[in-house]
Amino acid sequence: MNTASFKEDYKKDILALLAQNLGFRGSVLPLPSRYFTSWAKGLGLRRGGEVVLYTGHMYQLVPVIRLMEEQAKELAPEKRARLARLARWINPVVNVSAFSRFMVSAAARSRYERCLQNIVSLLRLTGLEPGYLYGVEKYAGALAFDLGLDGPFGRHAARVARRLRDKGVKEIITVDPHTTEVFKNVYPKVVPGFDIRVRSYLEVLAEANIEVRLPWEEEFVFHDSCVYARYLGLIDEPRRLLEAAGVKVLEPDQSRELTHCCGGPVESLFPERAEEVARARMEQLISLGRRVITACPICWLNLERVRDPRVEVFDISEILAAAFLGKI
Amino acid sequence: MIRVDERLLESLAKDKDFNAQACFNCGTCSALCPMGLGLLPRELFRYVLLGARDRLRELSDVIFSCLLCRLCEANCPRGVRITHNIRTLRSYLVKDEYRIL
Repeated sequence: MNTASFKEDYKKDILALLAQNLGFRGSVLPLPSRYFTSWAKGLGLRRGGEVVLYTGHMYQLVPVIRLMEEQAKELAPEKRARLARLARWINPVVNVSAFSRFMVSAAARSRYERCLQNIVSLLRLTGLEPGYLYGVEKYAGALAFDLGLDGPFGRHAARVARRLRDKGVKEIITVDPHTTEVFKNVYPKVVPGFDIRVRSYLEVLAEANIEVRLPWEEEFVFHDSCVYARYLGLIDEPRRLLEAAGVKVLEPDQSRELTHCCGGPVESLFPERAEEVARARMEQLISLGRRVITACPICWLNLERVRDPRVEVFDISEILAAAFLGKI
Repeated sequence: MIRVDERLLESLAKDKDFNAQACFNCGTCSALCPMGLGLLPRELFRYVLLGARDRLRELSDVIFSCLLCRLCEANCPRGVRITHNIRTLRSYLVKDEYRIL
């Protein structure tokens, strides 16, 4: 097998795997639903309702993707390609992705779960009491749409939209840019009559003028997500919130609408290239300071994996929670 | 030699937002691209306009390595919907070449 053909096959096999997972199991990386909902335990979140928090499974998937990346890195590209081929044929019968959950420790998951818990607490400060769909909530399908898997994506979006309608949802509050973008700008185009209001929790918080308890009074470098900045125009909201939290925001050379991608979007097909882009962005960020804030779990994951041990990368919800909820 | 298939553009042009023809080949997109010069949207768009199907198949790695980050679009003097066009090329490859329906 020559290099070009195994690479070509690898790409097709990965695309087919993602399409199968979305079609058969409702997610590009399907895991049992309790894996996605365990973060909400004990929070007393109402089941469903007109306004719901929609996690889109992104924060929950970060530790799984991270582990899979580390394992894939150990394998030579040829071996990786052979495994993908094998997985493509086994996967319709046995959910190959499900094995990964046994290997993600509770400790590796806790930081990401805490982000979601903090987001709920922050929203409650504004007087809002969002519901949650628990196991009814599905992955929104952003990766499949981005990769041009239009057939599998369209069918999936129709199913997700039907679930939302059946549960009487009128508004969803999202926690990551990819889910926000796909619900706000793609669903209305592919699902006739989709009219659910979509807002990012950052917009909700920025509008509310919540009071700071423990201001930071420290400097952090802020990394804009491409999707928030250039697809959704959500640029001032995170800055307003960080400033209200007492953070002195340091702006890298490429920031706001000219932000530099973290590399995450090509992770599934070209992991080595994704890492190069992440390194280039990290260089820009750490030329200003050693503490970086991201607002997207995919950016977080990608910057985190090229991080020098002396550098810290935080999710914006962690920084906001410390200041507004007064807990560290 | 480039084999030309006029149905390629017909099939892509069904999508009314596909506007590769607006590109005037200035190269701003490639100069700014975080993926570097391996990714040349203007080159892809020329092949599309010519109907060079085989070239698109050969360049599939390039088509799938776009980050869809839109840095190019923020600076495109012709308002080309570069990422949308690239995503349309992906769905063409997925459907017509890889047969993932």
